[in-house]
Amino acid sequence: MTINSAIQPNDLIQVKGLKKYFPVRAGVMQRVVAHVQAVDDVSFSIKKGETLGMVGESGCGKTTVGRTMLRLIEPTEGSVVYDGRDVFKLKSGDLKAIRRDLQIIFQDPYASLDPRVPIGESVMEGLSIHRVGTRQERVEIMLETLKRVGLEDYHARRYPHEFSGGQRQRIGIARALALRPKFIVCDEPVSALDVSIQSQVLNILKDLQKEFGLTYLFIAHNLSVVEHISDRVAVMYLGKMAELADRDELYRDPKHPYTQALMSAIPVPDPKLKRSRLILKGDVPSPLHPPSGCRFHPRCPIAEKICAEQEPEFIEKKPGHWVACWMAK
Amino acid sequence: MAATDESTIISTLSLKSTETKQPLTPGQLVWRRFRRHRMAMLGGIGIILLVLFIVIGSIVVPESRANNTDLRSRLAAPTSTHWFGTDSVGRDVFNRVIYGGQISLFIGIFAVVLEVTLGTLIGGFAAYYGGWVDAILMRFTEAMLAIPSLFLLIVLAKFIGQNVGQVTILGRTFSGSIGIVILVIGVTSWMFLARIVRANVLSLKELDYISASKALGANNRHVFFSHLVPNTLGPIIVAATLGLASAILTEAYVSFLGLGVQSPTSTWGNMMQSAQSFLEQGAWWMWVFPSFFIIFTILCINLLGDGLRDALDPRSSKHL
Repeated sequence: MTINSAIQPNDLIQVKGLKKYFPVRAGVMQRVVAHVQAVDDVSFSIKKGETLGMVGESGCGKTTVGRTMLRLIEPTEGSVVYDGRDVFKLKSGDLKAIRRDLQIIFQDPYASLDPRVPIGESVMEGLSIHRVGTRQERVEIMLETLKRVGLEDYHARRYPHEFSGGQRQRIGIARALALRPKFIVCDEPVSALDVSIQSQVLNILKDLQKEFGLTYLFIAHNLSVVEHISDRVAVMYLGKMAELADRDELYRDPKHPYTQALMSAIPVPDPKLKRSRLILKGDVPSPLHPPSGCRFHPRCPIAEKICAEQEPEFIEKKPGHWVACWMAK
Repeated sequence: MAATDESTIISTLSLKSTETKQPLTPGQLVWRRFRRHRMAMLGGIGIILLVLFIVIGSIVVPESRANNTDLRSRLAAPTSTHWFGTDSVGRDVFNRVIYGGQISLFIGIFAVVLEVTLGTLIGGFAAYYGGWVDAILMRFTEAMLAIPSLFLLIVLAKFIGQNVGQVTILGRTFSGSIGIVILVIGVTSWMFLARIVRANVLSLKELDYISASKALGANNRHVFFSHLVPNTLGPIIVAATLGLASAILTEAYVSFLGLGVQSPTSTWGNMMQSAQSFLEQGAWWMWVFPSFFIIFTILCINLLGDGLRDALDPRSSKHL
């Protein structure tokens, strides 16, 4: 585990050496035969009021990072420090209390709302669980929150199937927001939406951040979306951090070859412009049997002998610009 | 003047349009699908008529008349005084059908309540907690399924059902064997429901609204009873309805074997049991009426259950 990882002690939330291995069971006795290394030793921290974008292709573990941070999935190793306390070590009572501050917005607007519950009740669910105020006060907070995300009072009594995808996503935001949290994991909140609706939801998220001083971990695989909303961007590959830098810095000067490949894949809205595309060979290896050394080396265009032998450390090449690559300058 | 007229028209128009556009709740959608299922409606109406017959019957006819023996008019064929004839000790079959129906339905309903409670909790916990809890509960369920339930039923009924006294509830005296029969039917019928609930909960618990609820701070009880059980209600209702039919049938069966509810409390099953000795003497009314009521009840409940299954399945658009 790297000690000098990209953690600033004064940041709102600090993730240290996070690991999540899913056991693979087989046979009659359901013995554990292997582990899927979904997240393997990931460290970062997020400043108050900041949006950290997290990108990577499907299956690279970014969603697992978000969910494990909130203990929706129990971690294998590591710690998440929020407000001076390790979330992973909290007993159920303290964990429940801290959940008021840490919320999540989901990717699938269809699976994230209970089809049998009117959406007003869904938005109030957290308030009821934490016994905030009287019922009347809870209803007022709920209506107020619905208004913040652009929904009307009369929507509260309706059921999820009566809303469009974008509206549902805003309901999901309202549900997370009702408890007035400090930190929200946005788990691909716009990936399932039409492009025209995406910007609407992104703008709501930005406005709310300003108004309530929210801190986001914004998980996505769309680099344009991440560029639009993030202050800093982390790139993940196969359960590991590849690169972490300020947004402008990362988009101007990507140091990791994987990041460079991602950047070259962003479509440019000019058909005449000739671009040099960096096309990766092969597929993402299985996280069951990750490659030796640097996990990216079998697909890396500039890999050398050391890349297959030793794992590169996640080091600060420039102030605030962290890379895990032997070849990065 | 004209402007105000127009604005009032517009406001009434917009009022109307919001009224007609008021979307349907899931319950209303289910009701709409159910209404268009003709056989299910028939079954539902049949059940309502049956319940009315039993309720009004037991108000009009006091229970003492159903148990009143009149040895002078034994085995009498249907007449204007005894509509369904009399049995071997001169009790009025019509009155006994009413009270027998009461007991049969009572047993059926409470056996189903027990079945649903056991099935939902066992299947639900197995799926929700997974791991060894799942393994133990499901192996237990399979063990229960492997025992021929009729055999178990007869053994249980014989061992504990024979030596119980009378129970008095609300001023009425029942044979205590009613409780035993409910218990026996309940504990031998929950297994299929448990499997259905388990399968449902297994797929539901991975959905994001369950994670959302946990992220909001909900404990297991809240997640289980506020989200998982309500979303499994469709299959549970269908299984309960069909379970009611089979519980009534099982009660009739057990009572027919003489192991169920004991005389003088009547049920449709033990009425048929007492009829079997008088088959050769041509006392057809003793078995025709109770068996007609059993068949009618089972048929109606099964039709209702089929309709509910279609109505509660959001993917079925057959009857929309």
